[in-house]
Amino acid sequence: MKHKTFFWFVLPSTLAMLLFIFLPLVSIIVQSMFVAHDQVIVSVENCGPFGCTQSIMVDQEATEALKSGHPFGQFAGADIFLDRGHLAIAEVGQAWDGSQTWREFGAQMLNLPFYKAMSFTLTFTFVVTPLVILFGFAIAVAVNSAVKVVRGPLIFFSLLPMMITPLVGALILFWMVDARGIVGTALISLSGDPSLSVKASTPLMWIMLIVYGVWHSAPFAFIVYYAGLQTVNSDTLEAAQIDGASRAQRIRYVVVPHLLPLTTFIALMQLMDNFRVFEPIVSFAASAHATSLSWAIYNDLGGETRQLSSAAATSVLTVVCIIILLTPVLIRTWRDFGRK
Amino acid sequence: MYMWRKVAMTTAFAALAGTTAMANCGIDTGRVSIVGNEFPAIQTVAAAAAACGSDAAEVKSNLTADHQKINLAGMLGDPAEYTTAIIANSSIIALMNDDVIRPLDDLIAAHGADIPAKQLISINGKVMAVAFMANAQTLAYRADVLKEIGVEPPKSYEEMLAAAEMIREKGIMENPIGGAYAAGWNLAEEFVNMYIGTGGEFFTPGTAEVSINNEKGVAALEMMKSLTAYMNPDYLTHDSNGTQAEWEAGNVALMSMWGSRMGNLMDTEGSEPVVYENTMVGGPLMVGDSGVPATTLWWDGWTVAKNVSDEDATATFLAMKEATSPAILNDTTMAEAVWMIDGYTPAPVSAGVFAAIAAGSQPYPMLPFMGLLHTAAGDNIADFLQGKESAEQALADIEAAYTAAATENGFLQ
Repeated sequence: MKHKTFFWFVLPSTLAMLLFIFLPLVSIIVQSMFVAHDQVIVSVENCGPFGCTQSIMVDQEATEALKSGHPFGQFAGADIFLDRGHLAIAEVGQAWDGSQTWREFGAQMLNLPFYKAMSFTLTFTFVVTPLVILFGFAIAVAVNSAVKVVRGPLIFFSLLPMMITPLVGALILFWMVDARGIVGTALISLSGDPSLSVKASTPLMWIMLIVYGVWHSAPFAFIVYYAGLQTVNSDTLEAAQIDGASRAQRIRYVVVPHLLPLTTFIALMQLMDNFRVFEPIVSFAASAHATSLSWAIYNDLGGETRQLSSAAATSVLTVVCIIILLTPVLIRTWRDFGRK
Repeated sequence: MYMWRKVAMTTAFAALAGTTAMANCGIDTGRVSIVGNEFPAIQTVAAAAAACGSDAAEVKSNLTADHQKINLAGMLGDPAEYTTAIIANSSIIALMNDDVIRPLDDLIAAHGADIPAKQLISINGKVMAVAFMANAQTLAYRADVLKEIGVEPPKSYEEMLAAAEMIREKGIMENPIGGAYAAGWNLAEEFVNMYIGTGGEFFTPGTAEVSINNEKGVAALEMMKSLTAYMNPDYLTHDSNGTQAEWEAGNVALMSMWGSRMGNLMDTEGSEPVVYENTMVGGPLMVGDSGVPATTLWWDGWTVAKNVSDEDATATFLAMKEATSPAILNDTTMAEAVWMIDGYTPAPVSAGVFAAIAAGSQPYPMLPFMGLLHTAAGDNIADFLQGKESAEQALADIEAAYTAAATENGFLQ
């Protein structure tokens, strides 16, 4: 392709990337290094329908004087990244010095919001991703070997979880696992413990979120694998069959190697998606048991006082974590690409 | 899309009202754009304001439960998208902190001499908002259940616990206490109430230094934990809606609930007659011997944006004044809220809020950094309630989370 043609060809997507990826990245990085100006506070008397009270307010004029000329706020460098709401370096140090056993240290770490969020986010990512790949593959193989007439409806039903809006899907499950819902009641009668409740127990809530994650994403892996299965060389399969390979052996030695590049692709997408787990935490009202980095950003921005710098710092950390997470997969893809 | 539906609805209403009332509220020109929470009382106000609209003066509204996420952003611009935000005593702070609302004194002098003084919210001597309704959390109880165990409606949380134990022992209900204890804003609100009830102060006076890690804080948390022992085990996921559902299902006999929700509990919708006929409203609950009720008083009111033209500000003032005037009160709207408007006649459903005012309850603290403490509390109490850490640790966590947030926002140096 000529350079000029290439330029015009990629220009729209380059512009879109600049606008929707690069600029927001610059924005959060800049924002995360600045904190608000010192607020000048004054004592005031507030009066209302319930009487007067002595209170405090921000002195707008004095604060405005500080703000003028420095629209970003005060430069704080990496301070926000290191404070308790994020990497909590000082607190981690104290926990390390103050704890005798690993268990004690772990408990103290989980008391810090960033590490609490990471513990769930990473568990979720590394449990859901392989399960999605396994289930997606199993469904794809099963659907592919079904009789032609039922394949259409089977594909439709297998894709349903992906078609349902995540929030709605999670809400449906949320009602089902309620202590008075169908799954909740079944659990209680199976275990014989009337006080058993998915929503009240941290381990059960984690399992619930993971089950939801697999349920919601498996169709994605399924449809990718199903497309891949259509391209498996039937000659090779027949040859293997003639050589006496069983069905399991044919899958193991012919189908799986053929689908490996697709697996890399699914793993890449799923690692990214699962790392920013968010909707189920909100719709399951699970924040007492499980938080994630995305939830922390939402929480910072949802309060009565918006914490923009804190949310920006968490966003930067999310980006860094995703880069770290994807590096092995990307290196692999690069090598595969180089080999060809 | 939601907003458009609302706009369409209010416009339709305006067209309807225009034919019957032809109220122009003295507005000849200007723009009125309302942002606010969505519940029946505020819908009434927005509809009444919309009735002031005409071809020359556009009146539109965007009512949503997420109003706090958009009102500040929508008022920072110049000119501001929203010319008025309907807010409460907690949420006016965010608007004050960013200086997006204007003092109303000149507008009141010119056009609002008839607004009763009790409705004016003044901050540092300047009127910043006009309140139109009051709210507070007070006791709701099931008269039939209390009669069965032979107990008077509780006046304190200690009495509530004793009654709950009797209800459970008699096998009437397994989890007789309810409460909006969903982790996050609701849970923090319960803590704020309980801590005020113990007589605690949130901050070292005159500063942004938090001071809740003390015996009063521990007492407040311990009382909350004692209450949760009588709640549905899913309490950390129950917000006000969830708690209302539990009540209407007949699973709960005692709870502290918002005055604005009592009407929903006592109406015939959503529950059996045995539930709604026996639902009664009591006063605020006490805790310990501080003499201060464990509840906070709230008002809802309207403001006028700073970054709008004088013409728009005047139009907004006139429309909102009309929309919160005695003219909006009728048989339907009367039951929607505890109005602070002249001509409001209290109903049984609003007895709780009046009792809370009479008992000397404190208003929710109107401090620039209170929202940060509220968020910090909402994130850090659940661990204690689930028995994962001590009350002191939970309080220390709240203080640490608040301190980090307040430092980032320039309140602590």
